Amino acid sequence: MEKDVAVIGVGQSSFVRGYEGSIRELAFEAFREAMQDAGITQKDVDASVFCSAPEYDKQRSPAGVLAEYLGLIPQPTFYVETVCSSSSTGVKVGYSMIKSGLHDIVVVVGFQKMSEITSAESQERMGRGADIQWEAPFGTMMPAYYAMYAQAYMAKNGLTHDDLRDVRLKSATYGTTNERAVYRKGVKAADFDPNNPEAKMAGPVAWPLRVGDCCANADGSSCIILANKEKAKALSKKPIWIIGIGAASEAVNMAARPEFAKGLSVGYKAAEQAYKMAGITARDVKVAEVHDCFTIAEVMAYEGLGFAPMGEGKQLIREKATYKEGRIPVNVDGGLLSKGHPIGATGGSQMRTIVLQLRGEAGPMQVAGDPGIGLVHNVGGVGLYGNVTIFGR
Amino acid sequence: MGFEKFGRKSFTAVTKTGKFVDLLIEGKVEGTVCKKCGAKFFPPRADCATCLSKEMDWFEMPKKGTLETFTTAYYAPFGFEADPPYTMGVVDFDGGLKLFARLAKEIKPEDVKVGMGVTIRPLKYEDGQVSFEISKA
Repeated sequence: MEKDVAVIGVGQSSFVRGYEGSIRELAFEAFREAMQDAGITQKDVDASVFCSAPEYDKQRSPAGVLAEYLGLIPQPTFYVETVCSSSSTGVKVGYSMIKSGLHDIVVVVGFQKMSEITSAESQERMGRGADIQWEAPFGTMMPAYYAMYAQAYMAKNGLTHDDLRDVRLKSATYGTTNERAVYRKGVKAADFDPNNPEAKMAGPVAWPLRVGDCCANADGSSCIILANKEKAKALSKKPIWIIGIGAASEAVNMAARPEFAKGLSVGYKAAEQAYKMAGITARDVKVAEVHDCFTIAEVMAYEGLGFAPMGEGKQLIREKATYKEGRIPVNVDGGLLSKGHPIGATGGSQMRTIVLQLRGEAGPMQVAGDPGIGLVHNVGGVGLYGNVTIFGR
Repeated sequence: MGFEKFGRKSFTAVTKTGKFVDLLIEGKVEGTVCKKCGAKFFPPRADCATCLSKEMDWFEMPKKGTLETFTTAYYAPFGFEADPPYTMGVVDFDGGLKLFARLAKEIKPEDVKVGMGVTIRPLKYEDGQVSFEISKA
């Protein structure tokens, strides 16, 4: 397997509601941690890439502003966007910049201050998250799109509401152990019981998805520092190599989508490329972070990544195979559901978790067995963009 | 001009497929078909994604399809607050065409099933907006 580009530093802010600071201060939190982790100074950095979903930013063209605040001028900087997978795409771009030989060390920062705009403005933008010409006029929102995937999937594959609830219970279990998570409270099965008047997770949002099936908005930042082989070996005691990258896109309009019961096409297409590049199969992956913006998305990801055969993702949840002690631990940092989903920061945060796992530095979240290969699955929009990145030691 | 009349609330004013709205007012739900290569599109496109031609014709969408999936929204985005609950879904017609729309109000959410036979029809709102909806076959 290829070992040309490594991660030498990772950082993440706490994911919170209503961050008490500006976007430049938010970005700095992840950057500071990643720079201290890598043990380098700004003089060592050749270029920076900034990633967010721009509809939440009041600052036009944030890359230059943030690069200045982080002390990364006059090096080149620019902005990358693929909605919820922006920072995975940013890492793919950073990888390419290094692999091409243009630069030795590249900093990729993902950030999102969702609370930068009012909740009414936010709701309006949510409605425009997909095809604004042909779908938004019907009153669509993100949960409604994923609910349509859930409906078709549940009808065909026998997945139940209890299975979806159990995905959330798993995420919540690990959310309680992650001090950077926005949702640190535990969740009980009774919280999903429609006959329980106190059940805060049971209310319908877009049926069949309930409140507890949806991830939490948050403010947050992430930072991944990439280096070429020579710099990585000179600077880092535990470089974690990017050994596989896959990415795909899909039609925005639901009318142009392949069979809904099969899940998001970008997931399995990106996975196929990444496995091929790494020269491995799903069985070789020992720990994974998948894009669980909704509970159904995690089950579909199990299949798209080959952790379970098509239609059988529910078995992994029923057998607790994706718990920390299971065959293939998934989202043991709380996932988007409990850790939170600050759109532009999410991919970098998932990568940070996997890098810490492969270094054996994940603290209370550390999986057993000294994992050597980990995977990040990060989706933008309703399966509009898909990124799979595989890491090895 | 004219496309702001499409749907409950339109976010697009100008498109080369604006005739779609005129056709809806005439009672027709139409897609576009490429004059060069015959590729069919719904929603309509002004340019052929297959052969890059810009010579497109209109064709009437099939009437009979099956409901591939659906959801009932209990919350709505800004500007749609008065509407919930409402059900939206995807119709699969034989021949590769699909369509996304709301389901007619008269269909109760508990009666909607994946795989049920459905049809489509144009719709006019009281405020003059025009759209199309999925109804029982």
